[in-house]
This record gives sequence, C-alpha cells and structure tokens, in this order.
Amino acid sequence: MRKTRLAIAFAGAAALLAGLWRGEYAVTMNKAVRVCLECIGIG
Amino acid sequence: MAERLPFRRKCIQLAAALLYNANLKGFAGPSIYQGRLKGLCVPGLNCYSCPGAVAACPLGALQNALSSVRYRLPLYIFGLLLLFGLLLGRVICGFLCPFGLVQELLYKVPGPKLKKGRLTRSLSRFKYVVLAVFAIGVPLFLGLANGMPVPAFCKYICPAGTLEGGLPLMAGDPQLRALAGGLFQWKVALLCLILVSAAFAYRSFCRFLCPLGAIYSLFSRISILGIQVDGEACTGCGACVRHCKLDVRRPGDGECIQCGECRAVCKHGAICQKNRRKEKMKHETA
Repeated sequence: MRKTRLAIAFAGAAALLAGLWRGEYAVTMNKAVRVCLECIGIG
Repeated sequence: MAERLPFRRKCIQLAAALLYNANLKGFAGPSIYQGRLKGLCVPGLNCYSCPGAVAACPLGALQNALSSVRYRLPLYIFGLLLLFGLLLGRVICGFLCPFGLVQELLYKVPGPKLKKGRLTRSLSRFKYVVLAVFAIGVPLFLGLANGMPVPAFCKYICPAGTLEGGLPLMAGDPQLRALAGGLFQWKVALLCLILVSAAFAYRSFCRFLCPLGAIYSLFSRISILGIQVDGEACTGCGACVRHCKLDVRRPGDGECIQCGECRAVCKHGAICQKNRRKEKMKHETA
C-alpha cells in the first residue's frame, strides 16, 4: 500500500510539474476566464 | 464525537462552497472572475462559469484539455486528479463538493424516499459510463477528429453548470438570454429532474451520474484520508451498511463518500479514520 501511494504521489507530482512546464496552467486559465457557452447551455 | 459529525460536515461543505465561489461581486454583474487563480482547479464539481467561481472545475478542465489539439495527454489536470485522489479520494465528495451539499439539503424535504437495493446498485455503475463516454471519449475523439473542443459532459449533462453558471448569468444578461435555445431547455429540464430526484434518492447525481465521483472512487482503497473498517474489531453485523444511504458494500469502498456517519451506529468501534488504527497500536505498545 505504501509503495503504491508513493508511486502515485510521484507520478502525480511529476505529471503536474511537467504540465506546468508545458504551459498547461495558462491553457486552463484561458479557458476558465471566459464564459463557457457549452457549460451554461448555449452550446 | 460521532454524533456531532453531521453538523461539522455540513459546516465544512458550506465553507468549501463559499471558498470555491468567493467572488461574490460576480453575481452583481453578472460577470465571471478572470484572475490568475482560475488556472487552479478546485477538487469538487464547481462550474468555472459560475459568477462566483475563483478557480477552475477539474472535470471541465479535463474535457477541454482532452479535446485540445495541443496536448494529447493533459499532464497538469492528470497530475492534479492523481494528487486529489491520492490525498482525499471521495472525502472530496463527502466534504468538499457544493453540488453534493445542494443534494443533501434537498433530501431533507419531507416525502417518500427511494430505498437502496439492486436497482440503485446497478444504476450506480452508470457514472462510469458517463465518465468514459461524455467526460473522456467524446472530448478526446471529437478533438482528434475535428480539433474542436467539445466538453460533452459539461455541454449535455452537468447540472452544476446550469445551476451555478447558466441560471445566474442568464438572469442578469439579456444578450445571453436571447441566445438560449433547445440546449438550454434540455439542460434546465435535466437540472430540474436531478434536483427533484435528489429529494427522493439521496445524492442521486453523485451515485448515478457524476464522473468526478467515478474518478475519485478509483482511489478509495489507497487514499490517505478517509475511513476504513478495522478487520479485527468488525463482527460483520452489517449495521453500517444498513444505516448508509449509499450503495456501499462496506464503509470506505468506491461508493462511500467518506462522510463517516456510519461510525455512530457501529457498536464495535470498528470504523475508524485511515491511519488511526496504526497510531492507536503504536500508543498501546509504547
């Protein structure tokens, strides 16, 4: 169990950091700061 | 202590809902928050088009990232979901989801209640279909085929988007209202159905439809926080399962939202927080 948790923690942290390095934070932010027409039912 | 848990849990749920939607002045506009914090995801289901939302929804962000032509594997969201799941698992559902809170409050409305059984247990598997098809499959494959982002779960199903985003924004913006058509009517009808069903079936959306709950349920066994059954103390009486309003087979499994309210009915003290039993043993041997 402990090894599984450590592996997932490592994978999660590595993926997060790699995503940040790729600029995905800005991609997420750019989508979230605009009204999502699909989400509110306009499409 | 166990008796005070429901009230404490409601307080935490309310605090989370207010924290996720701290941009209260957005409701006056209405307008949505556009600060840098919006690149971060909250762990629970909370539409980022809600005027109050100060951060992004992990499910919406996942779908948009999957259908983006830029990144085939959305590492940032993937990493966040892994870490949320590992640390909290479905504790998020039980304590940190605003839409879960809405459903629990609706369930308090007096009236007939749907008893759990074979039907509800079968229906509870449907959320994995919603996850595979609407939250992952359609965004990924339509994104590959057309390069067009289609967050299918957000677009066709998500009641949080309609309740938190659609209704407040439409109420305050006549131009948006003028654009509303068949899709909006469908979403409002579905929202009404889900809210009404929540009065009869405890957390009906969470149990049967929520793809985020489906994701977090995969972490039930390994999440760091949550509840577990002490195998040595448990007598298998089943009082916890009978008391629980969800389709659990045992406390702490994939259907469990980790609310801990089953602890009050366990006469053998067999339900404890994870890692507490080890602490207790260390104490006793010291």
